[in-house]
Order: sequence, then structure tokens, then C-alpha cells
Amino acid sequence: MPTIHEKKFVSGDPAKCIGCRVCEYACSMKHENTFNPTKSRIRAVRLNSFVNLAVSCRLCEEPPCVAACPRDALRQSEETGIILVDEDKCNGCGWCVEACDYGAIQLHPETRKVFSCDLCDGEPSCVEWCPEEALDYTTKDIVSQKARIGAVKKLFRESLRG
Amino acid sequence: MSYAKRILYVDLTTGKTEVKPLDMKLAKKYIGGIGLGMKLWLDHSKAGVDPLSSENPLIYMTGPLTGTMAPSAGNTYAVVSKSPLTNTIGESKAHGFFGSEVKRAGYDAIIFTGKSDKLVYVWIDDDSVQLLDAEHLRGKSPAETDETIREELGDFYIRVSAIGEAGEKLSRIACIINDEYRAIGRGGMGAVMGSKNLKAVAVRGTNDVNVGNMDEFKEFVRMVHERMKGPATRKYRTLGTPENVLVLNALAALATRNFTNATFEGAEKVSGEFLNEHYVKKIIGCATCGMRCDHIAVVPEGEYKGSTSRVEFECLWSCGPLCGVDRLDAIIEAIRLADYYGLDGISIGVVVAMAMDCYENGVITDKDTDGLKLNFGNHEALVEAIKRIGTRTGWFGETFAEGTKRAAEIIGGDAYKYANHIKGMELPGYDLRTLQTAALGFSVSFRGACHLRSGAYSPDVKGKVDRFKIEKGRGKLIMDGEDLYNVVDSLILCKFSRGVMYDGLKDMAKYYELATGIPMTAEELILAGERINNLARVINIREGGGTREEDQLPWKILNFPVPEECVGKGVYVKQREFDIGLSDYYEVRGWTDDGIPTPKKLKEVGLEDLIPIVDKKIKAMKKK
Repeated sequence: MPTIHEKKFVSGDPAKCIGCRVCEYACSMKHENTFNPTKSRIRAVRLNSFVNLAVSCRLCEEPPCVAACPRDALRQSEETGIILVDEDKCNGCGWCVEACDYGAIQLHPETRKVFSCDLCDGEPSCVEWCPEEALDYTTKDIVSQKARIGAVKKLFRESLRG
Repeated sequence: MSYAKRILYVDLTTGKTEVKPLDMKLAKKYIGGIGLGMKLWLDHSKAGVDPLSSENPLIYMTGPLTGTMAPSAGNTYAVVSKSPLTNTIGESKAHGFFGSEVKRAGYDAIIFTGKSDKLVYVWIDDDSVQLLDAEHLRGKSPAETDETIREELGDFYIRVSAIGEAGEKLSRIACIINDEYRAIGRGGMGAVMGSKNLKAVAVRGTNDVNVGNMDEFKEFVRMVHERMKGPATRKYRTLGTPENVLVLNALAALATRNFTNATFEGAEKVSGEFLNEHYVKKIIGCATCGMRCDHIAVVPEGEYKGSTSRVEFECLWSCGPLCGVDRLDAIIEAIRLADYYGLDGISIGVVVAMAMDCYENGVITDKDTDGLKLNFGNHEALVEAIKRIGTRTGWFGETFAEGTKRAAEIIGGDAYKYANHIKGMELPGYDLRTLQTAALGFSVSFRGACHLRSGAYSPDVKGKVDRFKIEKGRGKLIMDGEDLYNVVDSLILCKFSRGVMYDGLKDMAKYYELATGIPMTAEELILAGERINNLARVINIREGGGTREEDQLPWKILNFPVPEECVGKGVYVKQREFDIGLSDYYEVRGWTDDGIPTPKKLKEVGLEDLIPIVDKKIKAMKKK
């Protein structure tokens, strides 16, 4: 298993995301050579003008989707933490879909098998294309670091101005 | 191939639907969007059709780039129909998210004909098309309608294009709205929809949209994204179009108090700078776009606290300076209400400003307004007036819901002097007395007063011409602008992104070619632009207008010199110069001096089949 310093995922920043769906188009372009958000592994959600976020696989520890599969069609990659789907075993029953709290594993409209973010072999297309730089290919360790530093900076902004 | 190659026909009278193939020869000839839309409208309508009758087809169009990842063009649609506001061809475009869903559902165009006997909405789920009861949506705003439909159909990603109460009640300035803030704004398309008892169009599209050459298309899009981060879109990404307030004010071109003044003493308070500092909470964007321009403003305190709307210059101007209102909180509320009732945000302000001018000059009185004190600058009256017009309440609401031209006819007397429209369409935010290329350009626009048919204000604002007069040579500037914008609106590129096409038509041709796989050159594109302008003109002639007689300016522009101390003091458009300008424009267009396209010109642009229409008109004009 990758260490927490190595295990990267696609992280969305709601402060920057504007719900433009460029990530969806980029994803379907990369994986399916077409434009079709319903075939995208990352999905943008705009609740209203102010609340936007793109969501993809969180690469959970002990992923519930894997646990939910009665056919052992899913397993988590030892190397990267992504969810690997054995398409011969998957019969589209969707228990994994129900098990995922984030809607990050979906049923493919054509293959009728499940699919989720594969991190594009370490160069996520969505991150590359996001015009707002709202997506980051990073580790949870770094996400928490950044948040922490931001909070401290805010707390001591007077002193920092020095 | 990014065309879907299919047209969906929906007969609202019988409920029957049909899918027919798109003639791909027409696709290349008219591109898509407004060009192809107007051609389809012509082919599916009878001469002289009443815009609000069941015989007037309402056409939803996508563009050739819709559904692809093309920034600013992937998300678009246009609506084409005969306009109840102008009696000319009407067209309007909107961005957001809705358009791409139509293409993914598998349609280049949706042609609505007939009229439903009860209020319905159309639910297009890829190949399945149903008319569903919409009685429970009556009176709801477009945004409320959108939310209700998505909830009842149970899919968050369904997209909805809807009318509000103004459209249901056939206000001639009613618009259609999608994705909360995006409007098919101009020309009363919402009233056409209302006349068909069609409340909304809801779409879910799940098909692939493919392009001719994915690898090159991807690189082209990447380049557009890069350019979108640069100077060409700076204005839209930063202050947004409200930047115009101070720019135009300095030029004495910020029409104020219904085109009485050309400068506004309250300009600072309604400037883009002030707006962004105090009201803009977030800047968001449309699907597939690499820039972002939607300045979402929220009123933080006071009597309009919480009011939220998307603010662009045009609506800010019409509900602000033009009504003498210098409070952004009231302007934000006014725009919110326009969206709520589904009223064109430009027209509504111009209509209220006319009412205020009539009131100030005693043409209408307290009796007509039921006590509403319509003085310039009275923000409470502005807000109340919009509510009454949106709901057609009382004599006042009924009269002004008809737009400025008809309101003047109803009121009679001197009211026409205060009606600022061209061909019935309310003027947008440019004082035509001090921007006279714009005056000429707006007057010849086929859909009535419009800054987006030619961008004719640009040579004036940029100082390329003497903007205080009209002279020979302006016709060419206007024509070039029109032909280009016809291409832009047929590809349905967002005009905010026009600057990222560094190589202009060459870039657009390449964009088209890579997406559709159909060979296209810059020369072919601009010829299509010229063809489309001639097509629109001939349609207007067939509908009884489309000549010099209709290419006119409002009374104030021709008769009321700018009164205050400013660079434009004393300036107005002189009829004699204007007439010379019209002749100049017709000449470069290859039209007769009455403004009618000649058979020779129609042959040149590939519209031979329309020659009988102009022949008939030219003969009739000779008899006169």
C-alpha cells in the first residue's frame, strides 16, 4: 500500500470550483475519445451559484465499494489505491454505487459496468484542464497541511504583516 | 462530426413528434444557430404570420460546436421565431448548460409548431419526447420551474429552459431563461413560447458528441483556454461588462433618464468598480468555458437585503442610469425581478424609463399609474413598475407589457417621443446621439435596436471615427461587423470570447472544420455571414417590413440634443446625415436605395430561391 505521502487523489476546492464541467469533458475525452459527461469519472455539482464542487473517487482506506461487491469484481490497487474493476465479474448490480458515500463510482451508460477515477496513470486529465485550478492531484496529507497553514496564517495575519 | 444530423419536430396541437434528418447541405450553408434557424423558420412558415398565433414556428437551435468541449461555444443554443415585439425575424442566444443537453439528446434543432390547449412542458429524454402537464407551474419563475421539473423528473442533471409569468401572459418583452441567469433575452421569444402554451423545455441528453478530428480539436481548445487567460477576456473576468459605466459616462455616451442626458451624475455609485467592491459575491461561468464572467451580486443590507442577481452592464444601465436610479441595491433587485417574471432585462428598463419620462412630462398621470410616482430616480417606483408589468397588473402593467412602441400607440399624443426603440425593439445601453456609427448600425439591424448585431458602437468608442457625425464609409464598417457577428451567432460563440479568435474568421473556420469534419475556409464563412444577413432582410421583406422605412431612429436621438455640459453637449443625429448613412450602407450591401437586396446580390450569396420575394417588393415600391 502507498504511504500517505504517496497516495494521491483528485481533490476539488469548493472555493475555486465554479461548476463549469470542463473536468467532465476532459475526462470523457481522455478515456472515451468523445464528449459525454455521463461517461466522466469526475462529476461537477452546482447546487447554486455559490456552491460548486467536482467530485471523484476519494481512494478510501478500506473502500466500502470493494466490500459491497458480492462478486469480488472490485479491488483496490496496492500500488495507487484506485479501484480496479474486473469487467468480466461486474454485472452492474450497483451495490458498490449504493455503498459509496460520494457518488464517485458510477454505472457506465454503455458497458453497464461500474467505473471510477483511475488517476490517468498519474497525470489526471481533469486537473490539467481545470481552468480555475480548482482541482489538485495531491495527497490528503498535503491537503490537511495546506488547510492548517492557511488557518494559522489567518489567525496571525496581524503579526505576519509585522 | 459534431452535428447531430437530426431535427426534432414537436406539434403542440396534436402532441405528435417526429425526427427528420438535417439536410447537411443546409448545415454548411447556414452553419447552425441563428443562420440555420432563420432558414428553417422561413421554410416552415407562411408569409405574414401573426407572431403570437399557433402558425408561428418556435425553433430551438444548437450550433455546430454545441455539445463539444469548445470553450464558450460548447454550451449554447439559440431560439428563432417571428418576433411579436418587432414583427421581424427574431433570434436570441443563451449560454449556460442547457444547449449541450439538447445536442447530446441528439438534435441540431427542435421545431415547435401549433399550440397546446393547456399549459404543458416538453420533456425530452434522448429519443423519448413527451408533453407533460404544466398547470402546477403556472406563475412560477423560470428558476422555480427549473427546480420543480428537475425534482419531479428526479434527475439533477436535467436542464430546463422556461418562461415566467410575463411569457405566459404574452408580454412582448418576455424572455426565456435557462440555468437560473441565462436568457434568450431579446425580441419577446418568451411571448411566442407562451402563445403556444409551452411553459418549459426540459432535456436530458446522454449520447456522445464526437468531433471530426479529436487530436487537433483538443489542441485547438487548449490554445483557446490559454488565450482566455489573456488580455482578450480581461474585462469579462475582472470588473465584467459593468466596466462600461464609467467608460461610457466619460464619453458622454451613458444614456441617462430615458436618453435625456448622456452623462449620469450617479455613475460612480453604479460603476463596475463599486459593484465589484460592494456587491459581487462570486464570479462563475458556463459549461465548458475557460473564462468566467457571471458576476453574481448579493445585496448585503438594507431594504433589498438578500436580493441576488447576475449583473451585466446592459441591465444595470437600463434599470439604473436610464431610470435615473443611482442605487445598486435597487438595480440588483430590479434585475432579479426581471429574471423572476421572465422579462428581457434590457427592454424592461427602457420601458420603465419611458413610463417615467411620460410621467415627468405629464403624458401619463397618477390616475394612469394608480398613484405610482414614476419620477426619475425613484427606485421604489422602478421595482413596483416591474412587478406590475411582469404580472400585467392594471392599465399601467397591461400597457407597458406591450413594449415601448405599442405603449406609445396606446397612450397616443406625445408618447412616441419617449419611446426609445428601433423597429419596436428597445435600445440597448449606448447613447446613439454621441455614438453615431452605432446609431446607423442599430437602425439597420434586422431584429431591431441591437448592439450585438454588428458591434457598431466599437469604432465610435475606440475613437476610430468622428462619433458625433455620420458620413460615407460607415456602411462598410457596419456591414463587416454584421457579417462577422452572423457567423459568431451561427457558430454560437459567446461574444465575450470573440477576442480570443486572434485570427478572426480563420480561427473560426478551423474551429468549425475540426469539430464537424466539414471543410471550411474563412472566405466561405464570411460569405455565409453575408448570406445570413440577406436572408434575414428578405424574411423581413416577406413579413411586410425590411426597407428604409423601417430603418429609423427614435425621436429623441434625432430631435433632442444632449443638454448638459459635457463633451457631447448639443450633439444629436441629423436626419440628413443619417439618410446619407443609410444610402451608403445599402450601397455597400448591394441593395437598392430603398434597402431591398437586389436579385443580383441574392444570386451572389446563393439565395436565388428568394428572388421572387424581392422582385415583388421592388415592383411594389416603384408603383408607390
